[in-house]
This record gives sequence, structure tokens and C-alpha cells, in this order.
Amino acid sequence: MSRLAQAARILVATLREIFDEAAYTRFLERKQVPSSPSAYADFWREREAAQKPRCRCC
Amino acid sequence: MNATLKILAWATVAAVGASAVGVIAIHRGEPINALWLVAAATCCYALGYRFYSKFIAARILALDPLRATPAERLENGRDFLVTNKWVVFGHHFAAIAGPGPLVGPVLAVQFGYLPGTLWVLAGAVFAGCVQDFVILLFSVRRDGKSLTEMAKQEIGRIGGFVAYAAVIAILVILLAVVALIVVNALRDSPWATFTIAMTIPIALLMGLYLRRLRPGKVLEVSVLGFILVLLAIWGGQWAAQNPAVAQVFTLRGTSLAILIMLYGFAASVLPVWLLLAPRDYLSTFVKLGTIALLAIGIVVLHPTLHMPALTRFADGTGPVFAGKIFPFAFITIACGAISGFHSLISSGTTPKLIARETETRIVGYGSMMAESAVAIMAIIAACVLQPGVYFAINSPAGVVGNSAAAATATISAWGFPITAADMQALAHAVGEQTLFNRTGGAPAFAVGMAHIFSQSLGGEAVMALWYHFAVMFEALFILTILDAGTRVARFMIQDGFGHIYKPLGRTSWYPSILLTSALIVAAWGYFLWQGVKDPLGGINSLWPLFGIANQLLATVALCVATTIIIKMHRAKYAVVTLAPLLWLVAVTFTASWHKVFDPSPRIGFLAQARALAGGPQVASTARLIFNNRLDAAVTSILVVMVALVLIESARQWIGILTGREASTVREAPFVLTRLAEEQG
Repeated sequence: MSRLAQAARILVATLREIFDEAAYTRFLERKQVPSSPSAYADFWREREAAQKPRCRCC
Repeated sequence: MNATLKILAWATVAAVGASAVGVIAIHRGEPINALWLVAAATCCYALGYRFYSKFIAARILALDPLRATPAERLENGRDFLVTNKWVVFGHHFAAIAGPGPLVGPVLAVQFGYLPGTLWVLAGAVFAGCVQDFVILLFSVRRDGKSLTEMAKQEIGRIGGFVAYAAVIAILVILLAVVALIVVNALRDSPWATFTIAMTIPIALLMGLYLRRLRPGKVLEVSVLGFILVLLAIWGGQWAAQNPAVAQVFTLRGTSLAILIMLYGFAASVLPVWLLLAPRDYLSTFVKLGTIALLAIGIVVLHPTLHMPALTRFADGTGPVFAGKIFPFAFITIACGAISGFHSLISSGTTPKLIARETETRIVGYGSMMAESAVAIMAIIAACVLQPGVYFAINSPAGVVGNSAAAATATISAWGFPITAADMQALAHAVGEQTLFNRTGGAPAFAVGMAHIFSQSLGGEAVMALWYHFAVMFEALFILTILDAGTRVARFMIQDGFGHIYKPLGRTSWYPSILLTSALIVAAWGYFLWQGVKDPLGGINSLWPLFGIANQLLATVALCVATTIIIKMHRAKYAVVTLAPLLWLVAVTFTASWHKVFDPSPRIGFLAQARALAGGPQVASTARLIFNNRLDAAVTSILVVMVALVLIESARQWIGILTGREASTVREAPFVLTRLAEEQG
């Protein structure tokens, strides 16, 4: 059961990473701000400024 | 498990794998079951991972679990971040899995299932997985440097420049060819066009939902978006049956091409959060779910393959694309076997997330195995169709004729019996007016996938829904590549222009955004237009061009890898990257020669230009001649650039091996990891 729970945890963590939820959580922790529309806008502004859109293969 | 049991277990895997490959290779006549391909693939991947990747990891790369990775040393919570290996695996797989492993193998099935299957298995185990693995590790040891930076550092300025130019060239050709696949899938199909059109407002709605209502709740909004997309598929059926609405969404290839170019431009200039990011989330959600569903469907239903092992088109006269198995099968199937594009991802985000060097094996080698398995699924999906149906869908009108009667007569004469009534019934079953001349691979894959799914989930009655689900699934992530790729290329061009006029390099300066977006859309739009107007269907010219460009990038990546291995004093093992490098050089240079100089107008660009010049002159003849000459020039330039990298690399190898040049490894200094202490 614990292995199943661990697998489920990893699956959720993977999905959160793929879908940028984990990156947004880290951004909030780093900036010490609660989640809000303006925080989310800042998160995207920072990503845009990094000039590195996610590369997608053929 | 004790040693004897382990040996017995692996001997059994080897025996099962050898038997399955033997059945695939030798069996002729009666159709075989798809499970033989599944068994062969599973055993080959298991053996490749357990033995070959372990050998590379231990003997060549000497992976060191005690060496701190850049994710640990440079951790900043943004780019560099220590991440669980399975999370990185999923992240990396989601980035490398695109339409390539689905479309390429479907096109190569014109030779039969055997050449494609053998190339996908051998190519992945000995070339593709190796490339992704070693480039990932070398990037990890160089603080996450990109392929172009490593090429510049290890091979020289020529290597860096060629890698940069090859990336832009590949992006332009890739974007044109994937756009053409979408055009061919949506042409004259109101159902599919309506569904895909609806994904744009759905993505905008998701973007606004994330921005205004529930910031950061991406998984939640992706589920919501997925439900809306399913409703759009259902709504597409209504649109197709309503004459007034159907008329609006029944579009010709040229109209679709213009709309797709406008979409690409809009996606490049609009804020990322509004359209590009939500579409990316939605397509990733659908992609991962559908690939998993297809894998389960194939194993549970284990359909029969109707396509023969080898067809008569091994001689190079194939209707889908012209040219013999060697070299054309090996450039047609790239992503499922080896793809240069993967080296950009292995040296992009992924190396900055790796917690320990030892994890590069499962992430680099393992993810590519999963990608290769997707290619095997695509081969199965195409081969479950009756061969006559496969060729009727994938053959351009210029080869089989414009009418249903002419097409079925031509295809039946090849030995693949098919009637116009069969095709009409199939088109009706999937909710289309016609399935003739739907070149590009995507419609054939969609029909195969619908065929597999409808055997268990809903039966024939819902085949049309499955078909349009499959078309939506492919078009959705192709359009994601289109918008993300246009943006990536825009940034690269802005970076280059910034050296000429500084404000043009500012990615937030709107005149620069509009100018560079227009330039990049015009570049891929030109090739797309050329493909749409091509009487041979466009895929015949553009897919080989893309395959050549992609495999030439893999050649650059393997040159970098071989150079580093030699510099690491592991020259006696350099064959691990040198052998796939030599194979790719043979394949790409031969294919390029054929595409430029072959005397057959169906293969050689220049021969086709000459044939057009000597034939009846119509308004478009001059443009077609120019396009063929342009394709020949692009191919030649790519080959010359890669030849320069090869010469430069070989000069370095000889210099190091003869002691004339110092063998300097430009790795980040060794730092002991603290993760080992933390985990005991």
C-alpha cells in the first residue's frame, strides 16, 4: 500500500512539474507572497523575461 | 534474487526477444499479431537498458553519484532545481514526445511493417537513446550548457555556428511540415476543423481562468479544458450535419494554410499566459492520456496487422514518398529512432533538474525508449488498416488519380485490393466525406487508432467520435509545436538581430516582436504554401527535407559527444557514438544526394525542376520550378555546413589521438554532493 501511495505521490508531483504548478509554488515561496492574480502575472513576467519558452520536440 | 536466477531471467528475456524479432523478420504471407511487435520492443528495450546503457554509464561516462550536479550547486528555485528522477523523467518525456514518432513511422509503413520496426528498435537502443543519454550527462557536467554552446566550446566556432543555423533551419522546416500535416487532416472536414477551431477559445478561456479566477491551478483548468474539448468533438458532429455551419467550416488547403499562419503569428505576439501556455497544458494533458490509452488498447486488444512485412515499394516507387528503403526509411523515421531535436532538450531544461549523475541514465536513455515505444504503437495503428485503405488515404492525387474510381483502380493494380464503396463506407463511418488523398500520416493514424479503440469502447457506432478525437489529439499538439516553435525561433532571431541593432534584441520591444514574428512565420509559411500547392502532396518534398535537417542536427550532437569522449581518454569506446554518427552521415548524405541530384523527378528536386521546365507551362510552373531549386539549395547548404563540422571534429580527434593537441575536458570542477550525506 505504501508503495502505491508513493507511486501516486510521484505521479502527482510529475504532473505538477509538467503543468508548472510546482514552479508557481516555488515562485510564491521565493517571493514570500500569497497566490493572487497579480502574483501569477509576476510569475509569468519573470518567465517571459528569462526568454526561454519551453522547447517542444517534433 | 541470486545470480543464477538473474542470469536465467535475462536469458529468458533475450530468448523471447530474439523469437519475437525472428517472427517479425521471417514471417511472410499470413498476417501477424501486434503482440509480436510489443514483445520484441519490450525485450529489446529491457536488454538495451540493462546491459548497453549500463556499459556506457560504467565504462565510458563513469557516472559519479558523489559529484554534485548543477541542480544542487546552482539551485535557484527557477532554472536549477534538485528534482525527483521520475518527475524529471516525466517532464523530459513530455518535452520530447511530439507528432514525429507518430507521423514518421506511419509514412514509412509504405515499405511494410518490417523496415520501420527494425529501425525503430535498433535505432533507439544503439543511437537515439545513446545520443540523449550522453548529451544529457555532458550538459550536466557543464552546468547545463546547451548543445550550441557545447559545440562551440568543444569543436570550435564553426561547430557553434552550424548548430545555431541548423536549429533555425530545422525549426522553419519542422513548423512548415507539421502545419502541412494539420492542413491535410482538416482539409474539407467541417467536423475536424470545427473541433480544432474551438480549441482556440477554449485555450483563451483557460488562460483567463488561470490569470483571473484560480491563479496557478493548472491541473484543474486542464481537466476543465479537456471536458470542453470533448464537448467540441461532439459539437463538431453537429456542425458537420448542419449544412449552413458545415459550409463555413469546410475549408480548402490554401484557406487553412492562411488561417494557420495567422494563428502562428498571433500566438507569437500575444502574451504567453493568454494562448500559448494554456494550449500547451491542454495538449500535454491530452497527449499523455491518449498515449497511455493507446498502449493499453494495443496490449488488451492485440489487433492483427494486415500490412505485409515488406511491400513492393521497397524498390523506391512508393506513392507516399518516393525513394528506396535506404536511405529514405531512416530519415522518414527520426523521433522514434534518433532525433537531433532531442539533443536540444537534453541540453535545455532537463540537465538543470537532475539531482545525481546516475539519474541521467533513466532520464536520457529511458525517456527515449518510451518515445520509441510510441513509434512502435504508431506502426501498429497504421498496420491494422487494410493495405488498400492505407494507400488510398496516404497517396496524393498526383500519383493515384483524382477520382475515387481511378485511385482504387491504381491501388488495386498494385496488389492491394480496395473498392470505392469500401472507402465510401469507411469515410461515412468516421464522419468524413472522403478519405482519399489525405496525405501527411495523421489521418491514417487517426483511422487506425479509431479502429483499435472502437473494437472495445463503443464499437463501430462511435468510430467517428474516436476518429475525430484522434485528429484533435494530433492537431492539438501539432499546433502547440507551431506556436511554441515560432516563439523559440523568434527569440533566436531577436538574439541574432540584437548584435546588429540593439533594440531589436529586446524581446519586450513590440516593433521587434512584430518584425521577427512576421519573418519567422513568413519563412515557414512559404514552405507550407509550397507544400499545399504541390501536386505531389507536399509531404513528398517537405518530410524528407525535415528528416535530413533533423538527422543532420543529430550528426552535430554525435560529433560533440565523440569529441568529448575522446578528450576524456575513452577513445577505445568512442565507437559507441562514432558508429551511429557514421550511420547517420551515410544516411543523410546519401538522402541529400538523392533529393538534389537523383534523375527521377519524383525524388530529385533538380530533376523535378527540369521536368517542369520541359512540360506544359501554366501560371504556377515558374513558381514550382523555383521552389524545387530552393529545396535543393537548402539541402545543399545544410549538408555543406555539417560536412564542415565533421571535418573540424575529425581534425580535433586526430590532433588529440596523435598528441598534437591537448586533450582539455571543459567540465565544471568536481564538488562533493551533500545529497549523499542527507540521504545517508
